[in-house]
Amino acid sequence: MGKPKVGIFGFTGCGGCQLEILNLEDQLLDLVSAVDIVHFTEAITEHSDDYEIALIEGSITTEHDVERIEKIGSIANVIVAVGACAVSGGLNCLKNLYGTQKAAELVYGDKKDWIDTIEVKPVDAYLKVDHYSRGCPPNRFEIVDIVRSLLLGRQPEIPNYPVCVECKRNGNTCVYELGMTCLGPISRAGCDSRCPNSASGCEACRGVIENPNVNAQKDLLAEHGLTVKDIMSQFNLYNACKGKNIE
Amino acid sequence: MTDNSKEVSVMPDSINIEVAPVSRVEGHGDLVLNIKDKKIEKLIFRIPESPRFFEAMLVGRNWDEPSHITSRICGICSVAHTYASVKATEAAMGIQPSDFILKLRRLIFHHEMVQSNVLHVYFLAAPDFLGVGSVIPLVKTHPEVVNIALRLKKMANDMVRIIGGRAVHPIRTVVGGFTKLPTEEEMYKMKDMLKAAYKDLETSLAVLKTLDIPDFERETEYISLAQPDEYALYDGTIKSTDGWEIDSQDYLDKIKEKVVKHSTGKHCWANRDAYMVGALSRFNNNYEKLSDNAKSYAKELGLQAPCYNTFMNNIAQFVEIVHSVDDSIRLIDELLEDGMDENKRMVDFKIQPGRGVGAVEAPRGLLIHDYTYNSEGKVDKANLIIPTNMNYGNVERDMQALVPDIIDKPEDEIRLACEMMIRAYDPCISCSTHFLNVKLINK
Repeated sequence: MGKPKVGIFGFTGCGGCQLEILNLEDQLLDLVSAVDIVHFTEAITEHSDDYEIALIEGSITTEHDVERIEKIGSIANVIVAVGACAVSGGLNCLKNLYGTQKAAELVYGDKKDWIDTIEVKPVDAYLKVDHYSRGCPPNRFEIVDIVRSLLLGRQPEIPNYPVCVECKRNGNTCVYELGMTCLGPISRAGCDSRCPNSASGCEACRGVIENPNVNAQKDLLAEHGLTVKDIMSQFNLYNACKGKNIE
Repeated sequence: MTDNSKEVSVMPDSINIEVAPVSRVEGHGDLVLNIKDKKIEKLIFRIPESPRFFEAMLVGRNWDEPSHITSRICGICSVAHTYASVKATEAAMGIQPSDFILKLRRLIFHHEMVQSNVLHVYFLAAPDFLGVGSVIPLVKTHPEVVNIALRLKKMANDMVRIIGGRAVHPIRTVVGGFTKLPTEEEMYKMKDMLKAAYKDLETSLAVLKTLDIPDFERETEYISLAQPDEYALYDGTIKSTDGWEIDSQDYLDKIKEKVVKHSTGKHCWANRDAYMVGALSRFNNNYEKLSDNAKSYAKELGLQAPCYNTFMNNIAQFVEIVHSVDDSIRLIDELLEDGMDENKRMVDFKIQPGRGVGAVEAPRGLLIHDYTYNSEGKVDKANLIIPTNMNYGNVERDMQALVPDIIDKPEDEIRLACEMMIRAYDPCISCSTHFLNVKLINK
């Protein structure tokens, strides 16, 4: 079997996930030699419609995005959603929260009809996604692990425990003790608790774990005189499209 | 939405070039160029990139959120957006960070610039000059260039990781200061990393000297930040080579923008119908403030201020890398002398209503955030002016000047020259708007 052909595609987002792949400085040359990258918007001119694996960054937010994602779905055998925008809609969902038409009017005024924009949705609203590399930005080593797992035919190990586990392992002072709010108790680990490591609250950019201990989060909030309402704004930064499950 | 086919007409003696999308730029842009009887019939640089609506997303958000939200406008210039945002909030609320904080901010700011300039010069533009399609074949043909690029990029990203907590979308860089400071040990480590970069800069100089930069000149208005005592990146007044200089808070007095039909990114103009921002504009306005070492690199590479060759923007980016490395060592020495002390990480401030403007030099040029806060410290109104938007008009005018000179060349050469011109701008179209792909239909 030859090297698998991989396409790396950008949809609506900041390009930061593709950049995180380029930021794999120590592993980039190994990655490039292990697979055959036939499309990489941000880095190469070459383009081919012949690929088995599609790494997709960004949300689907325009009719044009819908056409493109459906075409990729018709070609690729394996779909990997990379980053919060592709996985859950991410921060782009703040547009839905504000109101799509209202947002178009605010930004483009009476020229709003020139603009192609639809309700923001994650990739799995259109295609069956095989693997998710969560986070904003995603953990670049996790992207490598997913690709490696695909090559070896095994399942990548994606944590399904809360950020608090990593945060305690890293010996951080609890962010609540520092007078800030944090979504660590319900949020999916895999980021090495990078925000609490920097004395900042977790914003759940990797979404919520499968069976979150909502009561633990509520108890922690109550201990500090807070309610769920006080963290909703923080929660909906990356989870506005799928944001009803903690209320 | 981008129905490219309708732009293509097959006519005798006509060329229809579509660069749709242009690759190796950070966003998504199309170039439509129709030539008939050796005259340009139609030339449009079009941005069909999905609009994001950040100005709407910000409305109603709490004062500590805009820098996290707007950082996500662009992965490659997330530090610049973070600081345009933080500075706008601080200006609105009358918050004055300490000199210590400002020095550390300048230090992290340098390294997003280095990271982005390295990526652009070595990964995105160099393959054109070295005659290969992209960085992947470059790995085989010029492994030493790729290795230098990877080392320099890692150095810069590690600097941003150490100071900001993360290379893309920094965490520690907040209103009022930092959530956490680097340790003294980390400061010394960064200094060693910077010193180690000089060897790669020297080797790069030798490679860059061999590049054949296209001969092209078109004078335009060059706009950037400026400061009396430093090569302005983090802060400054807004200055034009047309002779005007204004406080950044008054940007609306000079910088105008409008919605144009072929683009989701708005077009901007100031003194003339178009202007240029980015490394070449900064170089033209602020050459004197470069480090002596950076000046000597510029001289070796034949870059003199003022320079009117858009293609030299890539050289200006390289010269800026040298300057940033030099200036970072100076900043680290000063910070170490001040003493790294967690108590210095933040200044006290009060949440107040008001309007404030934050202007910085993103890698691709002048970036402005303008917020109005209500008495609860929530955003009432936001206006964002993005560098790539500012360059659209100038890209079109450069093309109009470039194409007549190369009109008799083979189609492939015309296509490549157009792509290279657009890539020279390092257009980060994800800001507002991914890539270029020239389709030549007939001749």
